[in-house]
Amino acid sequence: MRRMRIVRGRWESVVRLAMVAVVGWTLCHTNPARAEGEVKTQRIEFNRDVRPILADKCFACHGPDENQRQADLRLDLKNSAVADRGGYRVLVAGKPESSELHQRVTASDPSERMPPEDSGKALSPRDIETLRAWIEQGAEWQKHWSLISLSRPALPQTANQDWSRGQIDDFVVDRLEREDLEPAPRADRRTLIRRLYFDLIGLPPSPSEVEQFASANSEQAYETLVDRLLDAPQYGERMAMHWLDLVRFADTNGIHGDNHRDVWLFRDYIIQSFNENKRFDQFTMEQLAGDLLPEPTRDQRIGSGYNRLLMTTREGGAQPKEYRAKYAADRVRNASSVWLGATLGCAECHDHKFDPYTTKDFYQFAAFFEDIQETAVGVQRPIRVLNAYQKTQLRRVARLTRAVEDVLHTTTPELETAQQDWEINLRDREIGWRVVTPEKAESSGGATLSLDTDGVIRATGASPGSDTYTISFKTDLMEVTAIRLEVLPDVELPNNGPGRAEDGSFALRELTMSADNVAISWSGATATHSQENFPATAAVDGNGNSAWSVPPKTGEAGHAVFELRTDLDVNDATILTLTLVQNQGGQRTLGRFRLSLTDAMRPVSAPGTTHLDAKVVAPLQKKAAARSQEDQDAVAAYFRTVTPLLKESRQRLSALKAEAQQIESNGTPMLVSMSGQPRVTRVLPRGNWLDDSGEIVSPNVPVSLPALETTDSRATRLDLARWFVRSDNPMVARVFVNRLWALLFGEGIVRSLDDFGSQGAWPTHPHLLDWLAMEFIDSGWDVKHMLKLIAMSSTYRQSSVASDALQLRDPFNELLARQGRFRLEAEMVRDNALAISGLLVLKIGGPSVKPYQPAGYWAHLNFPKRTYKHDSGDAQYRRGIYTYWARTFLHPSLLAFDAPSREECAVERPRSNTPQQALVLLNDPTYVEAARVFAQRVLQHDSGDKADSETKRIQFAFREALSRPATAQELSLLSSLLQAHREQYRAESKAALKLLGVGQAIANAGIDPVELAAWTSVTRVILNLHETITRT
Amino acid sequence: MNPHDEFVTMDTTRRFQTRRAFLGRSGAGLGLMALASLLRSSRLSASERLPSGRLDVPRWDGVVTPLRPRIKRIIHLYMAGGPTHLETLDYKAKLAEMHGKPMPESYTKGQPIAQLQNRKLTCLAPQHEFHHYGQSGQHISSIFPHIGSVADDICVIRSLRTEAINHDPAHTFMNTGTTISGRPAMGSWLLYGLGSETNNLPGFVVLSSVGKAGQAQPIASRQWHSGFLPSRFQGVEFRSAGDPVLYVTNPAGVNIRRQRDVVNAVQSLNQIQNQAVNDPEIATRIAQYEMAFRMQTSVPGLMDTSGESKKTLDLYGTKGADGSFAANCLLARRLVERGVRFVQLYHRAWDHHGGVKQNVQVSASEVDRASAALITDLKQRGLWEETVILWGGEFGRTPMAQGSGRDHHIKGFSMWMAGGAIRGGTSYGNTDELGYNAAENIVHVHDLHATMLHLLGVDHRKLTYRFQGRDFRLTDVHGRVVKEILA
Repeated sequence: MRRMRIVRGRWESVVRLAMVAVVGWTLCHTNPARAEGEVKTQRIEFNRDVRPILADKCFACHGPDENQRQADLRLDLKNSAVADRGGYRVLVAGKPESSELHQRVTASDPSERMPPEDSGKALSPRDIETLRAWIEQGAEWQKHWSLISLSRPALPQTANQDWSRGQIDDFVVDRLEREDLEPAPRADRRTLIRRLYFDLIGLPPSPSEVEQFASANSEQAYETLVDRLLDAPQYGERMAMHWLDLVRFADTNGIHGDNHRDVWLFRDYIIQSFNENKRFDQFTMEQLAGDLLPEPTRDQRIGSGYNRLLMTTREGGAQPKEYRAKYAADRVRNASSVWLGATLGCAECHDHKFDPYTTKDFYQFAAFFEDIQETAVGVQRPIRVLNAYQKTQLRRVARLTRAVEDVLHTTTPELETAQQDWEINLRDREIGWRVVTPEKAESSGGATLSLDTDGVIRATGASPGSDTYTISFKTDLMEVTAIRLEVLPDVELPNNGPGRAEDGSFALRELTMSADNVAISWSGATATHSQENFPATAAVDGNGNSAWSVPPKTGEAGHAVFELRTDLDVNDATILTLTLVQNQGGQRTLGRFRLSLTDAMRPVSAPGTTHLDAKVVAPLQKKAAARSQEDQDAVAAYFRTVTPLLKESRQRLSALKAEAQQIESNGTPMLVSMSGQPRVTRVLPRGNWLDDSGEIVSPNVPVSLPALETTDSRATRLDLARWFVRSDNPMVARVFVNRLWALLFGEGIVRSLDDFGSQGAWPTHPHLLDWLAMEFIDSGWDVKHMLKLIAMSSTYRQSSVASDALQLRDPFNELLARQGRFRLEAEMVRDNALAISGLLVLKIGGPSVKPYQPAGYWAHLNFPKRTYKHDSGDAQYRRGIYTYWARTFLHPSLLAFDAPSREECAVERPRSNTPQQALVLLNDPTYVEAARVFAQRVLQHDSGDKADSETKRIQFAFREALSRPATAQELSLLSSLLQAHREQYRAESKAALKLLGVGQAIANAGIDPVELAAWTSVTRVILNLHETITRT
Repeated sequence: MNPHDEFVTMDTTRRFQTRRAFLGRSGAGLGLMALASLLRSSRLSASERLPSGRLDVPRWDGVVTPLRPRIKRIIHLYMAGGPTHLETLDYKAKLAEMHGKPMPESYTKGQPIAQLQNRKLTCLAPQHEFHHYGQSGQHISSIFPHIGSVADDICVIRSLRTEAINHDPAHTFMNTGTTISGRPAMGSWLLYGLGSETNNLPGFVVLSSVGKAGQAQPIASRQWHSGFLPSRFQGVEFRSAGDPVLYVTNPAGVNIRRQRDVVNAVQSLNQIQNQAVNDPEIATRIAQYEMAFRMQTSVPGLMDTSGESKKTLDLYGTKGADGSFAANCLLARRLVERGVRFVQLYHRAWDHHGGVKQNVQVSASEVDRASAALITDLKQRGLWEETVILWGGEFGRTPMAQGSGRDHHIKGFSMWMAGGAIRGGTSYGNTDELGYNAAENIVHVHDLHATMLHLLGVDHRKLTYRFQGRDFRLTDVHGRVVKEILA
């Protein structure tokens, strides 16, 4: 469709103008594609008439692409085309006969003629005439229209002042006047309210709203309605539908396993941004670089999730370097499509063939995004985002934490006294160790662990290379602060032990402890003796490769003391479990050992050693009087971490820390931008990621566009975003207002919404486009302002019904002598049916939901295999925008109505009309259920007089679905269907019950199933009507 | 301006106006059957309109007439997962000799590699012996006795190349000629270029089965998506469980008669609306409801193989539509018989990173008999001359060992083609002596696409569609018709 759109606009204009210019015809009917601002003239305009010919037929070899360029000639640059080429010129203004270009395109010798035969391209006689006329008129050049800087065009003087409500209408009607056309009559109010509802909030109006609007026949009522709809929360959902297509938002990663990813907060951010009417420049900055804004807010960080929405892979065997290149290219394609309407992605392997973008431009643009931290191949790690409640909770915990910390950091006279006692005691005290009597001792390697007298444990029997001992016991202590592991020599052991290795050694790689299955952490480990590089701390460092060992002091008794990080409260039922991992191999396992516990006040260490920090140890060795203030503080601070007086506060602190952690982990996972050291960006020759020979480039914008400003040595994403929304950027405002226009007319002023380049369409109303773009910028990038401006216009309010004459004259509605008629978008087809039935749940936001979907539709997925389970309850009846967007298997109902998979940027959805759509509306349980629930509403509707209750009910149904009454003919058709099916279902009441069982909504038991089933046929018909799914 | 533009700009508008005028004047008296027959021709039923009176691109009326189409249909037996060429169609004696020895670095240096990244690369000998089959003496693995029995009907291509080394992008490349998502699948291009030959069924059908050996790698629906082409050119999946086609089954409690009543009422009301407003889209909607209803009646018949003789079922080695590859081959025949232009059968097996010897044998046994049966059956039903079968996967596998298996490989692999238009009993192209690089008569995936289009009478350089300002082709700027394999 795009092909035709583009070709047609140009084709017709060229035909007509060429004829006018050369043959001197008078136009007997008009040229739909000609721009306003032109009187009926014979003037050829380069951009409108000539550039499309050159771009399509010549630029491939005589254009921007350096590698394909022939004869060193560029027809996209004036300087190259008019240069003296040694005796001849390609273009001589005013003289076609002297211009090589004209000679070559008209040459009779095929070897001379351009374009060459093997290019597959050919100029039509009309093309040639246009070129000739252009040269004759002086061969004037223009920059490509979308690159020309923006300015407010002068308003046209129009005769039809009555019709025009403002500048938009002035531009439109000026053109119509020059075409001798009248605008279409204003649409009736029923049509207008439906149009506004669908366009602005994507839902149908209720019959009472229609009635009210139809009867309040005032200008004010219209404006009030527009304002009300723009303020409705559903407005944000409607706008987000389009924006999410652009930025390719989806719930899965799209490649191979198509795994789930957490990004739904981004969808809600978009909805909220539109609802708040966030300035578009701010909106742009937040998405491209929210994380780089000063002190980014939660929402700005979520907005920066834009950079993470691309497809990524987890496929085994994927090469990270290849995927980095793919991601870079994906980001260039997307950002340049979304904001510039440019196909910069075409310059990945070669300079752009038609537009002034070089390969270097492509890679410089890619470089903006190279600071984004992500996994090239594998799972993308989300951050946790807290909601308002969780944030409040966290703030509360933080406040309490500070209070407890205050207590823990403040000394008191009582503490000072206790500290003095403690210090005295510290020097002289004997640690009281309580020997453990294990209840269970197990060897994973098959050794026999037996208990000797005095709690000594002995390993005998099998002597595996590696082993893990698990020892469980209880204690009658009330509190534990440290454990002691004695390693004991024995003559039965090799080299007298204490280990079972040949040299009598052992290697304790990891020692872990739990109390009633809750893991305990350590604050330090000391030992009477250790092998060099095998200290006791190695057994509690969490590193499974380091170990505590004793050589050369084998054959001797020794011990290690492991101090707990916090005092552990226990009782006589608490089961304590120690695990001794000894997996170094070589039978380095313990042969004879003993465990003890103590409740001594910390610090507890092996005799003559300490695990305390030097900052504490040194002052402790001094007399109190000899200490500096700093010394004194260090000792006091340490004391407060061990004194029983503060035990409760310490426990409180650790509980608060655990709580904070818990709240954080309950946050919603979300992929956001996180900036880091930028990766090196090279120009990849021919796009080949294996080739490292290309030039290294830094972030920059295409040279053909206004220069970038940056304050940093390296330009950032934020600089790029600011550059997009600078008032001298010629593209961004034009591109965006054009898309807004398309939302309200079905087509843009530039028909190729996704290509503002030389291969794209010429605007049908260029001055109107520029005026709107300027208005957008001057209004402070105010989206609602623009929508209201358009919706308020007379142009918008026209009828969409075209006479046969107008259909013939302007089949593609390029003159805007009527409104557009088009099928509702995929999500809206669903929303509309649910709204009519009364099932629709208008909840905003939240995780994506799963409507009914045919069983087995996901059978092709793997890693992991998964089954689709549809949601129940309210989640089943949410708007289509919340449907779980699985890229490789998009929900088939949405797919049938042209929803894009969102693998790539989708600026414009096709609007197809296929048998699959009929099958969905006829048979998808969503629509069957909606029909039967709708039928129930129809039957419950109080129809008053019994005599014509049936008619009234059909009328009710029509008003609900179509906002209008049924005609006599329609009534009679539906009545006979109702009659026939009533009889059939009466004969087959089981079939009626089956139909009423479709979907999870429970049928009203008070209604006769036969009657309800028969009415369901009627409502199914209504939900299947073309009119029901069409915005007019 | 190519013929397509001509067609769009000059013909479509007028055609619509005419039809519109006719429908407008014919009044409510026009019966549905008459309407259906009016709308039945592929041009009319395929046409679509865009909003604002804009017509969608009708089917491409390209170059079919000037070129002589050799065939009408293609069945693609898609061995998904990447079958090893070294155990199936491309025996390498030298590789057997080199077994266990390091793979010479001259082959592998600077080449893309998948799961063997940073591993030691050693040669793995072919794990199955090959036989010479048929009069032609085609050299084919002994794990394919049935395919061997039709060796004189097939042309083995041993010099394929592709550009993506992981499954998902490699499938995308095989189907669309690029790894970038959003481009049309080859079946969609064919429909766009040639239109459909059936009014009751989609023109592009996808079937799938899952093998027992190796991992069943996922397949994305992108592989049969129409991309930027209008969605009516999309492939339609026929399923062995649940609805054979999505949403083709009537709702519970609605029999075919009542469904017809509902459709009739929809059609009549749409027609009334069509009198009131000037919107040709309504006529298209009416036509599409007719097509949908026809699908509802024709699809169950198609899927019901109870009318097939025992002899036929035995030939394929199936008992009926059970979702097996064999059953799908039988369905493929039934589909092409009914005018479906492009049938793709995915058999998700073949990804044999480990135990390639046993696993490839299992996968082969799942497809061998039915692949050969399809050839026999097409011949006996007079479909052979106008059908081409393509048999192969998205890439091949490394001559290097990955444990007892082989890794993905894109620089050289094999496929076979068969049909009346293909030179049977021959082979084309070769890899080097270790089976690493396609070395002689290289056939790139683009060439394969060009050749298939050529067989259907379409010049791959001329079948274009303008998207984002560029004329796209299935073969991008590449593609060579491999005339040497054509009969």
